[in-house]
Amino acid sequence: MADAHGTTLPAGGRAAAGHDAHAAGGGGQPHPRLQHHFYSMDQQLEASILGMWIFLVTEIMFFGGLFMAYIAYRTMYPDAWAAGSQHLNVWLGGANTLVLICSSLTMALAVRSAQVGSRRGQIVNLILTIVFGTTFLVVKYFEYAEKFEHHLVPGPTFDPALPAAQQLFFALYFIMTGVHAAHMVVGVALMAVILVMAWKGRFGPDYYGPVEVSGLYWHFVDIVWIFLFPLLYLLGFHLGH
Amino acid sequence: MSTTHHITPVRTYVAVFVALAAFTVVTAAVAYRDFGFLNTTIALGIAVGKATLVVWYFMGVRYNTPLTRVVVVSGLFWLLILFALGMSDYLTRPWMGVPGR
Repeated sequence: MADAHGTTLPAGGRAAAGHDAHAAGGGGQPHPRLQHHFYSMDQQLEASILGMWIFLVTEIMFFGGLFMAYIAYRTMYPDAWAAGSQHLNVWLGGANTLVLICSSLTMALAVRSAQVGSRRGQIVNLILTIVFGTTFLVVKYFEYAEKFEHHLVPGPTFDPALPAAQQLFFALYFIMTGVHAAHMVVGVALMAVILVMAWKGRFGPDYYGPVEVSGLYWHFVDIVWIFLFPLLYLLGFHLGH
Repeated sequence: MSTTHHITPVRTYVAVFVALAAFTVVTAAVAYRDFGFLNTTIALGIAVGKATLVVWYFMGVRYNTPLTRVVVVSGLFWLLILFALGMSDYLTRPWMGVPGR
């Protein structure tokens, strides 16, 4: 597209002749998705990506506070941490890690499909991403249910036979994985919106910013889990045998 | 006119996916054994490696503008400030007799 300074505007074109900003579209016609405050589709995409990353930095700091609490309490109660970790199911946690990695692959492929203009590829990969994301949440539901049954939820019902410091571990477990799961729910809803837009054929090689930017969010949530899995599940794995 | 759109080949994405899955299996297998104080170092090292792959390839930071990269790195830098200053507090509290503790 980027044949800048296209000069032949059709009569009645929205952009005035000589107004560089909108002369960059193919054939001198501005792309219908180009917002008027951007010079080109490339600049618009770069601005979107930059903006999303600034949001993700705030998310890093949001989760960072929880990781800070994790580090501080773990250094205070290392034994309670290792023992608490043994109550978590490494196989379910590991399976969920693989599920999220699969979802990140299909997400990346969905963005790629938009870049090469494959509507079918976008739809298939976005549906797969939603399916993997939902699978993760269903597995998480069964894990949580098991914790409730085994009296591992902090509060009055917490197993009195366990040391009190383990309540701290499980409090952080539920807060960190819970906030992560909330992000997953938001991500799945986001993908549903993008799927509808892709279904309508909204995206293509010239315009795929929304798919790319939503993908950044999805991958970020995957990265949070990449750290949660070893820090919560694998911590006491070597003690169990 | 600034950037051409880079389209990563499917093969690259699949290779990254295989690496991420392999790292997941490795980190679980390694955690099954006890390496003493190295346990957390190994686990976090693998996690950082996986996160780097996701950021660099899946999130496409390798094709992003320098400005975007600065933002990404600044986020990690501020996270390290949080951890460093936070722990310099908690780890040094026992050094002095703090009233009430």
